Amino acid sequence: MAHAATAGRVPERGLDVYTQKVGMWVFLCSEVMFFAGLIGSYVVLRFGAADTWAEPGDVLNVPVTAFNTFLLICSSVTMVKAFAAAQEGDQKGIKLWLLSTTVLGATFLGVQVYEYTELVLHRSWEGSHGFTPAAGLYGATFFTMTGFHGFHVLLGVICLAWATIRAWRGHWGADNTHGIEVLGLYWHFVDLVWIILFTIVYLI
Amino acid sequence: MATIVAEATGQAILHEEHEQSFLRKYIFSTDHKVIAIQFLIYTLFFLMIGGLLAMLMRYQIAWPARGELPLGGIFPETMVASGYILPEFYNALVTMHGSVMVFLAIMPMLVGVWANYLIPLQLGTHDMAFPRLNMLSFWAMVPAGILTLASFFVLGGAAGAGWTLYAPLSARPDLTGVGLGQVLWLVALVFIGLSSILGSVNYITTTINMRAPGMTWMRMPLTIWSLFITAILALLAMPVLSAAGIMLIFDQTIGTSFFLPEGGGQPLLWQHLFWFFGHPEVYILILPAMGFTSEILSVGSRKPVFGYTAMVLALVSIAFLGFIVWGHHMFQSGMNPTLGLAFTVSTLFIAVPSAIKTFNWMGTMWRGNLQLHSAMLFAIGFVAMFAIGGLSGVFMASTPVDIYIHDTYFIVAHIHYVLFGGSLFALFGAIYFWYPKMFGRLMNETMGKIHFWLTFILFNVVFFPMHGVGMVGMMRRIYDSTGYAHLQGIEDTNALITWAAFGLFASGFLFAFNFFWSLKKGKKAGANPWNATTLEWQTPSPPKHGNWEEIPVVYHGPHEYSHPDVEDKDWLAQNERPDVVSPAAGSH
Repeated sequence: MAHAATAGRVPERGLDVYTQKVGMWVFLCSEVMFFAGLIGSYVVLRFGAADTWAEPGDVLNVPVTAFNTFLLICSSVTMVKAFAAAQEGDQKGIKLWLLSTTVLGATFLGVQVYEYTELVLHRSWEGSHGFTPAAGLYGATFFTMTGFHGFHVLLGVICLAWATIRAWRGHWGADNTHGIEVLGLYWHFVDLVWIILFTIVYLI
Repeated sequence: MATIVAEATGQAILHEEHEQSFLRKYIFSTDHKVIAIQFLIYTLFFLMIGGLLAMLMRYQIAWPARGELPLGGIFPETMVASGYILPEFYNALVTMHGSVMVFLAIMPMLVGVWANYLIPLQLGTHDMAFPRLNMLSFWAMVPAGILTLASFFVLGGAAGAGWTLYAPLSARPDLTGVGLGQVLWLVALVFIGLSSILGSVNYITTTINMRAPGMTWMRMPLTIWSLFITAILALLAMPVLSAAGIMLIFDQTIGTSFFLPEGGGQPLLWQHLFWFFGHPEVYILILPAMGFTSEILSVGSRKPVFGYTAMVLALVSIAFLGFIVWGHHMFQSGMNPTLGLAFTVSTLFIAVPSAIKTFNWMGTMWRGNLQLHSAMLFAIGFVAMFAIGGLSGVFMASTPVDIYIHDTYFIVAHIHYVLFGGSLFALFGAIYFWYPKMFGRLMNETMGKIHFWLTFILFNVVFFPMHGVGMVGMMRRIYDSTGYAHLQGIEDTNALITWAAFGLFASGFLFAFNFFWSLKKGKKAGANPWNATTLEWQTPSPPKHGNWEEIPVVYHGPHEYSHPDVEDKDWLAQNERPDVVSPAAGSH
């Protein structure tokens, strides 16, 4: 059996998946546990002190965030488009869709900054002015969870901006799609986490 | 510089060597071997720091009323006043001894050093899957170390709420008097988490995708199995600690109340999060040690590992059970007795795979041709000490017994039997064993054997009496035991423990001397000083950048010692062509 492997020819080894993709999946497992820690704590704390939670929409501006959620879902679609364009070697498409994804992600962050500013400066919480991380468990969990998600979006946007610059330099193509695919995995994960967070933080 | 280009297939291709600048070669290196040596120096330094903290603690425990701490004058007034160790400083010593030893010494030494060094070499690949990420995982440890050391010198001193950081003690600066020091330590912990996660991604990916041709899963050395499983544990447990640690930082700094009852938060939530991380952490700290031991025992007994498959399955089941037993640290927290029973049962289950491993180690040595060199002595020491530590663990798993011995020195004895007698013994063994591969020279055997016997005897004099001291009821973090009626009569035992601890600490310097002396004066090792079978021994010592001219091809299992079909020697390297060595061996 071993004679098949002769010098000069290295036979297949490992999974039939390239290394960067395996690495990203492994990394995402760890990210799942990070957000599970935050979300699990949120569930425990909220059940323990349900009466201190505001009704949905009382403090948070749900329509604006719903729009923001829509933007992030759209950015997942454009990310898929970018990967499809890369597979076909469509240089114009790669540039267009990577740029769209970057802009959508950056807009999401902009809206989140606007939302935070409004909350901190113009909302009131239990009589005192300003809804901050110190505003009870509601404020603490809200800012911690959405803040860490925002941090992940920020990292994603930085990587996307770098990928977009590379697209203009002609880096990507049908023979070089891995970077876009791996970045896409991360981006879809961040999107998925947001859908969960939007549901449990804003809607219920 | 030699560039390693990861190609589309995930295979690395080595290009010719170029000259590298000093900075790229030794400081910001992406070579897994250099990173491993960086980790080794870093962790040996923190092992000494952690030991030093323990010595100060032991002085206080043995002679609480004496004062006159030798060299006490060199400490600031906030730590030692007129020869007395202050209670606040003692709290910091207890906390930081545990924290430094677990997070900056033992864990990075088990994983950072040996996973980095051994995974590419034993799997037969040029380097890690992501060399630059690997470099980052070392450099993330540097700010962690600096912050930890700095925390001793800020207002209020270093963290003093215990290494378990129980809230609300750890969350409210007014309770311990420690403000910034606690925050600095938590920030360090987040850096350690980052380093550990990046490292784990690398180890797991490399093991899955970059094994040499022919290196099937069941031909991997047990070292690799244990490091692979450990990386999975760290990957899944560290982020939970990071999340919890960040929430605790927020409680201290920006006025949240996640773990503070007065703001509606839950102190118990901290315990659950901490131990959800903490128990897998216990196995992160012991599984690699089990891997090294299996390897060294097999080489040193000139026999294959007894029950290789059972060993792998035991590792996997310990790792799985490790995630569902965290509650056994919390029997005293007022949990529902039924839930406590569930945690008792799941914990007792762990004794089964642990016993399988222990008996298999003995089976490996049984009627073997034992080579009692320093590495082998430490490996045998590991088995003996792990058996004692494992058995005292069974006491704690049982709720009624645990309630009696909770937070006493019995627990201190147990943790040190597994972490020092276990992990550190195996680490010493690993250093003696792989040192020749790392540096091309053997460590001095005479000094090594003296080091072993001093460590083995003094370790037992230090930690075995702690079981008894704990049964009497001496509390785990007590500053001064002389004021308690039930603790009268153990002063002499405590003084004995302290004298032995000083000796144990001193024996570490013999090891350090041997380590540095052998760099220049050690006996030249050659590629394979132990006549070992695994791949790392089939390349020069130390291996060149890129490890292999040509990726080896694997034909055999990892521990083919005393193979019946090989006539002129008692070992069969994993990459020896069966038709070249002996035609008959090829049929296996």
